[in-house]
Amino acid sequence: MSAPSVLRPRRFGTWYVAEHRLRLMWAYGSTIVATSIGNPVVYLFALGVGLASLVDANLGDGAGGQVSYLVFVAPALLASAAVTVSAEEFTYPVLAAFKWNPVFSAARAAPVTSAQIANGVIVAVVLRMVATCALYFGVMLLFGAVPSAVGALGIATATLTGTAVGVLIMAYTSTVEEDKGQMAIIMRFIITPMFLFSGTFFPLAQLPVYLQWIGWISPLWHGTELGRVLAYGLAEPIWLTGLHVAYLSALTIAGWRAAQIIVERRLDK
Amino acid sequence: MPASVITASALTKKYKDTAAVDGISFEVAPGESFGLLGPNGAGKSTTMRMLGAVSTRTGGDLSILGLDPNQYGPEIRSQLGVVPQADNLDQELKVRENLLVYGRYFGIPRAVVAKRADELLEFAQLADRAKARVDDLSGGMKRRLTIARALVNDPKILLLDEPTTGLDPQARHILWDRLFRLKEQGTTLVLTTHYMDEAEQLCDRLVVVDKGTIMAEGSPAELIRRHSSREVLEVRFGSDRNAVVAEQIADVGDRVEVLPDRILVYAADGEGVLAHLSGRGFEPITSLVRRSSLEDVFLRLTGRTLIE
Repeated sequence: MSAPSVLRPRRFGTWYVAEHRLRLMWAYGSTIVATSIGNPVVYLFALGVGLASLVDANLGDGAGGQVSYLVFVAPALLASAAVTVSAEEFTYPVLAAFKWNPVFSAARAAPVTSAQIANGVIVAVVLRMVATCALYFGVMLLFGAVPSAVGALGIATATLTGTAVGVLIMAYTSTVEEDKGQMAIIMRFIITPMFLFSGTFFPLAQLPVYLQWIGWISPLWHGTELGRVLAYGLAEPIWLTGLHVAYLSALTIAGWRAAQIIVERRLDK
Repeated sequence: MPASVITASALTKKYKDTAAVDGISFEVAPGESFGLLGPNGAGKSTTMRMLGAVSTRTGGDLSILGLDPNQYGPEIRSQLGVVPQADNLDQELKVRENLLVYGRYFGIPRAVVAKRADELLEFAQLADRAKARVDDLSGGMKRRLTIARALVNDPKILLLDEPTTGLDPQARHILWDRLFRLKEQGTTLVLTTHYMDEAEQLCDRLVVVDKGTIMAEGSPAELIRRHSSREVLEVRFGSDRNAVVAEQIADVGDRVEVLPDRILVYAADGEGVLAHLSGRGFEPITSLVRRSSLEDVFLRLTGRTLIE
């Protein structure tokens, strides 16, 4: 008996899984859109307008020295928004899909492969991040927070940042058999400190030297700096900009592959 | 005879040092309804996952539709329908959406899968629940939806792991009726069960498995003929006396088995044995003569009952 054609699942399996995930997101689509617009409005008002009035008045040229505080903080908030979506989507929804609403095992019984299941989940979240970042960026424009047209590329770099963090979370979440609060720990002890110590609200150089390493290993710092280079031409050596891209890409590739392997191992029992 | 759709030889699955499936061999012919009967933990579900090309075997050979699952997992899975032991429907989606999403996994175009979903909801008697949330369905309905989902790709083989466990009698009968129809249409069914009545109802042929190995193989009638008597007399003398009486009547019938709550006497003529016992002065609290069943076969082969 010759092998029947499974051309379509082999070629598009990732997309079929992504379709399923997007349908699930669609169910709470209005919440997603509301938070995607509400968050930037609130943050940009509070930090870019409120706090900025204090910072700009006392530091003259804004905390970055080059630009207003609003322009300085906006790319960081954009990258953080992507990381927040990513942390949200790769924790409980992934754990649920293995355990409480075991749709991965159901998908595995169809012609899609474990790697395609991992890919599909990631692709769907990437699409959600692109949408969220695009809306965020739109609000940034309304606030006049993006001096350079190249700044729009910040949507891509923010998404890359979210993906770099997200695939690592997914790789970890896929190993979790029992929920003992690990997801809350990720949020409180990894995502939140990363948000606070990644040069988000003040340049990393302002931190004591012994804390600066947090920024260097933080994908969010690399993503934020990249966003600043694009949005207002933050002055930094070209090799450092290259390093941001390389670091985020390396994490994405390594985390993505790890997620595929771990999902495969878990579903092949 | 046409080529087998499933051939397993010395099929083995080990988890570290424990063998969940320990070298089982069997074949399934196209259109056949084949069962794996055994208690919980016998290795049935593990076998089913290997047949479903999702769990890699650790030993032996396996061919599904002429293909090796180690090499052709997606090709095999594209022709299977799988009903797992625990429903794994997407509870966050509506009833019909579950079929749409699943059909897409097989590469079925959207318009085709939409039409197919409506037919399957009809078949599963769920057409009026198309827009219901999965959570709001009863156990039997969820099971039927899982079966409908397994049929979305028009599979050559339908694998059913404990299809009616946990369902009430009426829901079981509805389900059996649906499975019968599939069988009539020529779908090959492979099912596991620990219910002897289900095995008798649905299986043309079955293997009795225990502790990862096959104890016996044949049609339900053959197995009963080979391993049990035509009839069984069940007598109860009270839990404190059963064991004592069993020793005293050990010479009666073909064989006597004592269970904690009753004594089973295997014989061709149950009523005759009962009369004989009464003639010897044994008056049970209750007595029942019934046909031998697969439960008796299992008890004979393993010394244990199926549902413990």
